[in-house]
Amino acid sequence: MKPADKQAYLEEYELLKKKGKPFFPYAVMKDSAMMLLVAAVIIAMSIVLGAEQGPKADPTSTTYVPRPEWYFFFLFELLRVIKPPELVPIATIGIPTICMVLLLLLPFYDRGPERNPIRRPIATTAGVMTIVAMAYLTFLGATGGSPTEIEMEVAPRYEAGKEIVAGAGCLACHKIGENGGTIGPELTHIAQLVPRAAIVRSVEIGPDIMPSYRDLPPKKLNELADFLSSLD
Amino acid sequence: MKLDSLIPAPLRKPAKPGEGNGAKGAAPADLKTAPPERPTDTKKLADRAVEAPVDALAWVDQRTAASGFLTGMLFRKVPKGTNWFYTLGSATLFAFIVQAITGVFLAMFYTPSTTQAYASISHINNEVFLGAFVHGLHKWGSSVMVILIFLHMGRTFFFGAYKYPRELNWVIGVVLLILTMTMAFTGYLLPFDQRSFWASVVGININGTGPVVGPYLSDFLRAGPELGATTLSRFYAIHMLLVPGAIIALIGAHLYLVVKLGTTAPPWLKAKKPKAAAPVSQLNASANGSDK
Ligand code: HEC
Ligand code: HEM
Repeated sequence: MKPADKQAYLEEYELLKKKGKPFFPYAVMKDSAMMLLVAAVIIAMSIVLGAEQGPKADPTSTTYVPRPEWYFFFLFELLRVIKPPELVPIATIGIPTICMVLLLLLPFYDRGPERNPIRRPIATTAGVMTIVAMAYLTFLGATGGSPTEIEMEVAPRYEAGKEIVAGAGCLACHKIGENGGTIGPELTHIAQLVPRAAIVRSVEIGPDIMPSYRDLPPKKLNELADFLSSLD
Repeated sequence: MKLDSLIPAPLRKPAKPGEGNGAKGAAPADLKTAPPERPTDTKKLADRAVEAPVDALAWVDQRTAASGFLTGMLFRKVPKGTNWFYTLGSATLFAFIVQAITGVFLAMFYTPSTTQAYASISHINNEVFLGAFVHGLHKWGSSVMVILIFLHMGRTFFFGAYKYPRELNWVIGVVLLILTMTMAFTGYLLPFDQRSFWASVVGININGTGPVVGPYLSDFLRAGPELGATTLSRFYAIHMLLVPGAIIALIGAHLYLVVKLGTTAPPWLKAKKPKAAAPVSQLNASANGSDK
């Protein structure tokens, strides 16, 4: 902004301010009405949704599925959208850091005198795109579950196998029900395609890029195979 | 709405010609037919009682000179066109105050130890009078505050309110945003149930993958090889002392600048300029931005 622009802005602002109304009571009225609305919303949420506890923290259970609070979903989702492990740091720390720095320095690189969003097409587009991206990632996070969760309903006797498959990272490559990636073939209906023995063989050998899971204890391997061969 | 009556007379807008009826109230009564009453003792006492609060205020004011600042702040003009979008900042402030008050009450019953944290939350939820309600206010208030702070930031972004002369207020705002998210992250561990425990483990690990400071940051947060007792008390101290203190200080600075600089007018409004009065150089500078 050139000195003349700054001067022009200050004069313009002075005129608009002269024509305005006093903060009290006019702005205070609106502010108070808004505060009452916020209070009503928080009270209603507290009464309707409550503050229930989950099961007590258990550091020894490794199958529990971690889920952040919803406002961190977009960060969590970045982890999933950006798959290769060597890119994960960039996704989780790099991108948020860069975004925060860009946000912090905004007034220092966007210095044009124009303030009307319609006449600042670049800034407005960037803002709208950021909002859409964050909303989309939050939506994905809210509906998709976490990277180590299978949200399929199964009979109780297959629960153990489901947890093992979820915890072993198969979802990184395979889609099971609503969850998982598409690098390997979908396993949602695997029992229709191959018999149990073939499944066990695949898991032990690890065909193609798939790692071998030969080191799984036999009991776990059994439960895993029970679960997969129930998927038809 | 007739809100003008709430404004002290000298600060009111002068009536436009033709408004009001010129005559200022009834004519004064004749002193002979209605002599002034002699005040009785009780009346004098009553008058004193009425004056007492005013005297007390005057006493404070003589020593602080606050009234000048307060009237300046309360009756300062906000620009033409100030609309509902401008309430988002004070709504965020309100949500923060709700968090601060409910947080104090939760702290009275909460124990930040790995063995007792979970039980103390159960105690709050099940036995303490209104405990579940206050806990719920704090829990959902955090979501509401996060939403409001993003809306407020969006408003100032799209209105171009971060431009000259309010750059510094934007920078303070971004720091407030980071601090608010820090509150959300550290608060999440405190109930110490499975959800909060494993989310914090993952959160700390994600911090650890960051460039350069990442591993140090996660070591600092975890305060040991495993997430445990020291982690919890560290999160608690950050959540209820360090960050709230910083937030309060920065909100103070933020609001000081809001009052000092004034809030923006909506960017689509243009003032009608008295053309003849402006020097030629400035007419040129604003030539393509004047009235539609
Ligand atoms: C790195 C990615 C990757 C991971 C992780 C992975 N797989 Fe695979 N998997 C594959 C690919 C790729 C194929 C297809 C190989 C081929 O067609 O030769 C495959 C094939 C299979 C098959 C055979 C499918 C068929 O149609 O015959 C099964 C069963 C299987 N995987 C199960 C698992 C299980 C169970 C896990 C977790 C314990 C797992 N996979 C983990 C990539 C992976
Ligand atoms: C704890 C959080 C915050 C509180 C309590 C707060 C409060 C306020 C209040 C009350 C105002 C007066 C005008 C209005 O309400 O719109 C304001 C203005 C402003 N805020 Fe915030 N704010 C917070 C966070 C932020 C954030 C995150 C940003 C941006 C990154 C920001 C940037 C601004 C700017 C630029 C103004 C000037 C707006 C104008 O003049 O039109 N604030 N803030």
